[in-house]
Amino acid sequence: MRHMRPLNKKAARIDNYVVSRTTEDDVVALQSPPAPARPHVPMACSLMFTPGWEVDAAGGTAGLCQPVERDIYDCFVSCYWPAQVPDHLNNAPDWTSKCASATKDWRNLDLVFP
Amino acid sequence: MIATPVIATAEAPVYRLGEFHRFEGAGERFLYLVPAGAIFQVDQAVDALIESLSEGAAPLDQLIENLVARGLEADDAKQLVTEMAHASVIVTGKAWAEPVQSPPADFPLQTLVLNLTNQCNLACQYCYEFGADKVATPEGKPKFMDFATAKASVDFLLQQSAGRRSIHVTFFGGETLMNFPLLKQVVTYANQVAADNGRHIDFSLTTNATLLTPVIIEFLSANRIGVTVSMDGNKEMHDKLRVFANGKGSYDIIAPKVRELIQNHRTRPIAARVTLTSGVTDVVKIFRHLKQDLGFHEVGFAPVTTSPNQLYAINQRGMDGVLEQFHVLADEYLQFALRGEAHGFSNVSDTLAELCQGVNKSHPCGAGLGLLGVGPSGDIAPCHRFVDSDQHALGHISTGIDRQKQADFLQRGHIDSKYDCHTCWARPLCAGGCHHEAFVRYGDTGHPNLHYCDWIRDWTNTCLEIYGAIAARNPGFLEQFAERKAAS
Repeated sequence: MRHMRPLNKKAARIDNYVVSRTTEDDVVALQSPPAPARPHVPMACSLMFTPGWEVDAAGGTAGLCQPVERDIYDCFVSCYWPAQVPDHLNNAPDWTSKCASATKDWRNLDLVFP
Repeated sequence: MIATPVIATAEAPVYRLGEFHRFEGAGERFLYLVPAGAIFQVDQAVDALIESLSEGAAPLDQLIENLVARGLEADDAKQLVTEMAHASVIVTGKAWAEPVQSPPADFPLQTLVLNLTNQCNLACQYCYEFGADKVATPEGKPKFMDFATAKASVDFLLQQSAGRRSIHVTFFGGETLMNFPLLKQVVTYANQVAADNGRHIDFSLTTNATLLTPVIIEFLSANRIGVTVSMDGNKEMHDKLRVFANGKGSYDIIAPKVRELIQNHRTRPIAARVTLTSGVTDVVKIFRHLKQDLGFHEVGFAPVTTSPNQLYAINQRGMDGVLEQFHVLADEYLQFALRGEAHGFSNVSDTLAELCQGVNKSHPCGAGLGLLGVGPSGDIAPCHRFVDSDQHALGHISTGIDRQKQADFLQRGHIDSKYDCHTCWARPLCAGGCHHEAFVRYGDTGHPNLHYCDWIRDWTNTCLEIYGAIAARNPGFLEQFAERKAAS
């Protein structure tokens, strides 16, 4: 390094690392810079802007932007994967037929016996 | 709740200062990077960068502008920023503390401390084995180790230290030499099995020197056994607390024996280990006496381990005085080092050895990890200070290490579990301090030793300054420390 001189073993290792990182910039094929550190966001069928089983500021569910029951439809309508709720695509297309409004009628969502 | 969508922005990264400690020595400027433990000598450009970012975080273009305003060429400034960012002197984005690596589960043993006996012919009031703050519970246990236990311990060490070229056995007590016959047997046996296995084993012991005889000294010298003598200064200071059961001081008994030891044991340096207590804090005077009058090669100091209410505990003012005198000896050490001479103040040389490696400790010491203690009964303890304590036992030499208890001990002592330490720049070296001291003070081996933080930071800074000055003026002197560690 131009402005720092390593004085112990650990510093020598850092020096080697920095020199290798700052002098090999001409080789670019198939290389990409390391991804910056980001918070861990679990990405699966639950999209990051879909409410999960969360609570509102008061610790309840009444103040959520969307009703928690909304989650049912994320797994029911759009997904083929056998999940915690029956799937709409293959096995239980009528599962929510008695449930006009999930917030009020969710008790009508019954078990499905294949 | 709908989270605000996180949209990746293409904004330029904002730079701010990373974690490091700045210090000076011999007119040069240095950085100690935390937690890496790396030491760099830096030039004015790095200073300019640090000063610029001390005023607040800045995006790249503004940072370059600031540096140019401070007299750097634009190209040079850019390269400087790149290099410093790679070395984490400056950082961007959110700070993510990198977790400290835990040692592997099968960490090989390196040192076994055998407490040959828990009996002692002295009655030093501050003793951690017998004094008011003792953790040992020796009732109903053997007072002297027998050969079968010692032999099993040596076998255990060889078996648990796979992959290590050289291993150590340290003899301890009680008063170690009260069981000298066993010591002799162990040395003979261990040398033989080590040789059979193509390994190298070396020995050391700590003693109060009261029982040294010409025959013992000859044996110690012939077998290259390192000797540390517990000794607190001249007659007046030493006899304050290092007394026989009848209250009589031990100085007059040991002084001639120590002279004889130093004169006739020529194969290893002889060290003195001083315990500082409330009445015994004249560090410079103690050092002069032990080094010049008696001739010890190395003298190391440690404040007594005690709960704060003991009469012999050193209060804050006393500790400040101790530190002041440490500085006097440290300055002297530096002058010696610049001339290439050995000074003998081990508190400096031990720290320099660690700085030379650039250690970044997960645990304050090797206790429970590369080092274990074995008591006369065969109980395994994290180190010699916990020997004979039922509460801290980590198994028995006949049945091996209790891995669950060991894991619990190591997890408590890990720097990650010491939240108070996470913002301290001295943590790569200190890692929270002695497990035993923590237990005596706070009742928990994993508690950081908060009562001496300022002291540790001041002392670490002093040693860094010495290291920097030596590295700038007489770098060859530091080579001995690189080799010292490599030999183990």
